[in-house]
Amino acid sequence: MAILVIAEHDNATLKGATLNVVTAAAAIGGDVNVLVAGSNCGAVAEAAAKIAGVSKVLVADNAAYEYQLAENMGELVAELGKDYSHILAAATTTGKDFLPRAAALLDVNMLSEVTAVVDADTFSRPIYAGNAIATVKSSDSIKVMTVRGTAFDAAAAEGGSAAVEATAVVKDAGLSAFVGEELAKSDRPELTGAKIVVSGGRGMQNGDNFEMLYKVADKIGAAVGASRAAVDAGFVPNDMQVGQTGKIVAPDLYIAVGISGAIQHLAGMKDSKVIVAINKDEEAPIFQVADYGLVADLFDAVPALENAL
Amino acid sequence: MKVLVAVKRVIDYNVKVRVKPDNSDVDLTNVKMAMNPFCEIAVEEAVRLKEKGVATEVVVVSIGPKVAQEQIRTALALGADRGILIETEEKLESLTVAKLLKAVVEKEQPQLVLLGKQTIDSDNNQTGQMLGALTNMAQGTFASEVAVDGDKVNVTREIDGGLRTVALKLPAIVTTDLRLNEPRYASLPNIMKAKRKPLDVTTPADLGVAMASTLSLVKVTPPAERQAGIKVGSVEELVEKLKNEAKVL
Repeated sequence: MAILVIAEHDNATLKGATLNVVTAAAAIGGDVNVLVAGSNCGAVAEAAAKIAGVSKVLVADNAAYEYQLAENMGELVAELGKDYSHILAAATTTGKDFLPRAAALLDVNMLSEVTAVVDADTFSRPIYAGNAIATVKSSDSIKVMTVRGTAFDAAAAEGGSAAVEATAVVKDAGLSAFVGEELAKSDRPELTGAKIVVSGGRGMQNGDNFEMLYKVADKIGAAVGASRAAVDAGFVPNDMQVGQTGKIVAPDLYIAVGISGAIQHLAGMKDSKVIVAINKDEEAPIFQVADYGLVADLFDAVPALENAL
Repeated sequence: MKVLVAVKRVIDYNVKVRVKPDNSDVDLTNVKMAMNPFCEIAVEEAVRLKEKGVATEVVVVSIGPKVAQEQIRTALALGADRGILIETEEKLESLTVAKLLKAVVEKEQPQLVLLGKQTIDSDNNQTGQMLGALTNMAQGTFASEVAVDGDKVNVTREIDGGLRTVALKLPAIVTTDLRLNEPRYASLPNIMKAKRKPLDVTTPADLGVAMASTLSLVKVTPPAERQAGIKVGSVEELVEKLKNEAKVL
């Protein structure tokens, strides 16, 4: 039994999410191979070869894969994946985009956001915004799944010495083309991998007030997140959204500021180790999951917090 | 051009679901149902394309029990022209849904297929992509902007680091993100009018799709319960507790 893990990367660096997927693959048990598909992605392949527990790295280096367009990736993964018992990718926007396409081409079902491996055929995943956990057994010949990174530890990035092998498979569906992108620039840690996350909600009132959270975050090396209300109101960009439809985080410490705690927000952060809520409404649902709650006006509490740190 | 929109009847997003005591599934008896929020956004986008003169006809399709007609009627009240219900009582996996939709796509020949990016019950986020694979159409998932331009559609997608725009050859598939638009409310006259709009009922057998299932639900359990913690009186106390009690600072 061999398992194929699709690497998450930007052609220059391997993304941390891949390491968590390798751990999930190891839990299934079997030979773990990593596919690096991109353009001029040699450095990524080298990094993937060093991951502990990886036996082989397949490299598909072609202009067709530069932006990991789902149409091309789907065909590539379906073609190479035929020889594997399991195909895994991180539950990121990239993995969610191409992997269902590959599964359909292989005529198998797929499991999204797997959070636990019971055995080689049985997996757990959250449903209904994380309000229930479904344990599902698959009888498909190839098990295809995305893995929720926060549910698995990261594999060691060093210590492995996998063989790197180029694949000649080139799939260019010719259906889509990259036009451009706008990426949010930030020096703070990546939201999904951060040890501490400070999030603001509607209570922040405007985008300028998020500056207060940035100051706190910078003092403790935290990433900054937001609720959907804050994103919809235009306070911050959408890639900062934590929740069912945004990012799923599970840091050691999650500080929710001016966030009421709707079901959809809790879906994205309730597996955090310690949750702190700062809200002036003591009836806010967030206090039902917070380990430490402070009923206070955030405009007093946040600057005071910054000073106290 | 013709636009096909797929909608799903799901539990209302405000309802707190309960797991059945025997752990066989979640309890959906007497629970408020509604159109999946992402599907509403897809309907709204299709109606806006019609209002802009880009779309000529908006066809809405749903797969589910007879009562799913309610969600199709809702879509018709929002401005869709006609509905198709693929009636089945069975619980469907994404691949089967995609195969059923493929049969509808082949029959209707839409230039654009709009779906929500995920349903809030299964949280799968798969159907649009699978339909793309089965029909060999391009896909623009998690769309926050859709611009039809001749024989192409430019889709701005929400990705982890920000936004990305792709150009897709038509016919294409687009799955909607929350920020694509704000769905309108149906007015009473439009709800009345929707009752007279055509709604065809078909079955998976009519469409020649086998209802094979490869996933079996072993059990459904409630997530680990999180207990409410303590309230602290001041910021100083909070920091002290985080440092010495929780040891996370």
